[in-house]
Amino acid sequence: MNLIVIIIGAIFVNNIVLNKFLGICPFLGVSNRVSTAVGMAGAVAFVMVLSTMVTWLLQRYLLDPFGIAFMQTITFILVIAALVQLVEIILKKVSPSLYQALGVYLPLITTNCAILGVAVLTIQNDFNLIQGVVYALSNAIGFGLALVIFAGLRERMDLANIPKGMRGIPISLVVAGLLAMAFMGFSGIV
Amino acid sequence: MNQWQNFSKGFFKENGVFVLLLGMCPTLGVTSSAINGLGMGLATTFVLVMSNVVISLIKNLVPDKVRIPVFIVVIASFVTIVQMTMEAFVPALFKALGVFIPLIVVNCIILGRAEAFASKNNVLSSLLDGLGIGLGFAMALTMLGSIREILGNGSLFNFKFVPEDASTMLVFVLSPGAFIVLGYLIALVNRIRKVS
Amino acid sequence: MAKKESSFKNMVITLLVVTVLASSALAYINELTKGPIEEAKLKAKLEAIGKVVPEFNNNPSEEMYTIQSDLGELECYPAKQSNKLVGTAISTLTKLGFSGTIRIMVGISPEGKIINSVVLEHSETPGLGSKMTQAKFKDQFKNLDPAKEELKVTKDGGVIDAITASTITSRAYCDAVQRAYNAYRKGGLK
Repeated sequence: MNLIVIIIGAIFVNNIVLNKFLGICPFLGVSNRVSTAVGMAGAVAFVMVLSTMVTWLLQRYLLDPFGIAFMQTITFILVIAALVQLVEIILKKVSPSLYQALGVYLPLITTNCAILGVAVLTIQNDFNLIQGVVYALSNAIGFGLALVIFAGLRERMDLANIPKGMRGIPISLVVAGLLAMAFMGFSGIV
Repeated sequence: MNQWQNFSKGFFKENGVFVLLLGMCPTLGVTSSAINGLGMGLATTFVLVMSNVVISLIKNLVPDKVRIPVFIVVIASFVTIVQMTMEAFVPALFKALGVFIPLIVVNCIILGRAEAFASKNNVLSSLLDGLGIGLGFAMALTMLGSIREILGNGSLFNFKFVPEDASTMLVFVLSPGAFIVLGYLIALVNRIRKVS
Repeated sequence: MAKKESSFKNMVITLLVVTVLASSALAYINELTKGPIEEAKLKAKLEAIGKVVPEFNNNPSEEMYTIQSDLGELECYPAKQSNKLVGTAISTLTKLGFSGTIRIMVGISPEGKIINSVVLEHSETPGLGSKMTQAKFKDQFKNLDPAKEELKVTKDGGVIDAITASTITSRAYCDAVQRAYNAYRKGGLK
């Protein structure tokens, strides 16, 4: 599969949040300010690309040759947990303000299904290392795109007059559904 | 609270999906049909119960600082067991649930219960907690899956009750439908909770 | 919560012990389920083969051979009744599906006509592309002689009526069947 198809596919057509349903928790939890959304997207992108690289190498040089492919889930999630710790430490040193803003959501990146999901999908799609990294980066961009658009929508919703029963999560979900519908318009590009 | 309350809280008062708002990814991702929702719900319940029990058993042997990685290894092991068992004995469901099976390990409900309950309570309570929350989760997923399947495919548990060529509201088995139906369900549950 | 102190030694030992125990348990379960998993896969394969070729009394899986195609090796299963070839089931694929790879089992008669086809694996849109599994679409391929009629959708000058609003999936299906036929012509009978 050539790289352009992978990129367009991951960002628009099969957007990881709006089409594959991965990364919903941070999507609903962090996206109420555009600035936090951007920061979260950056952190996720970093962890996603790095973990896809490491897990791919792990699968290729450890799990497959030794016939222990069943250890995939355990090893992958431990790698991701370790990488998130690393990002936390780096972020604390490099940008304490962003570290504060992300708060409890940072360690939650470990349980972000998008990270583990992309790592597993890379193996399932039989990508080579280059394709895998491109796939991870494109999915991260797609995640960021959905997050930022949604944050913008939510900032607008804050000012709208929403019926009491729908306020908060319910209306966010319905709006996310409409956003997903909009993204379905991209189908047919590839 | 007594053990019955401990068990039943997972169905309504502390329902994982509608009240705790956790485990959204599989809730949206596998509920395009009732049987998929039920299958995922039961698989998750198995992992939740087993990991709650094991973690409750070893809670005093694990140093505090390393407890999260240890919990993760325990949970991931049971997820892998579920994976292998499903691939061997229910391959069609295994294929339908796809990547969401390994993703059970990052279902916030499981790690959440391990951290909040199993690591602080005895084995029986942890077992009942896991069973209640898990079955409540399965119930929520089956409900969502049923609604989407009925509206979007005119069938329930693959039993079609409209003629073959009838047009159904396709959007409900597609991605936007998942978001919208869940949104309205949560609004409904909120309303019921306010009234009760 | 924990009665054990969090010394470095304790942490490492605990994590190591837990991981070793987990790995052993998984290795054991892996051994237990390996057989049933292979059996389930074989059963599914034989079922698919049975749907696309006439009655046979050999074991096509044992006589499997492969033919090279542009997307790798295709598995070919000869079906024989009393040692006479009655059809060959070819496991083909296409990467042109709307949501990725579609795998199809195509049955080709000894005279080179399509007997039948059945979808093995797909991720096409439910209610749209997934209609390719219905008789209304896929029965169009029955008894087609690709040497005489074009295996393409009518839009591209062929004889196949595409599924409404799912031209991409329909085209992909044709692509897969064509690939199987081309390989068959190249590899010939065995």
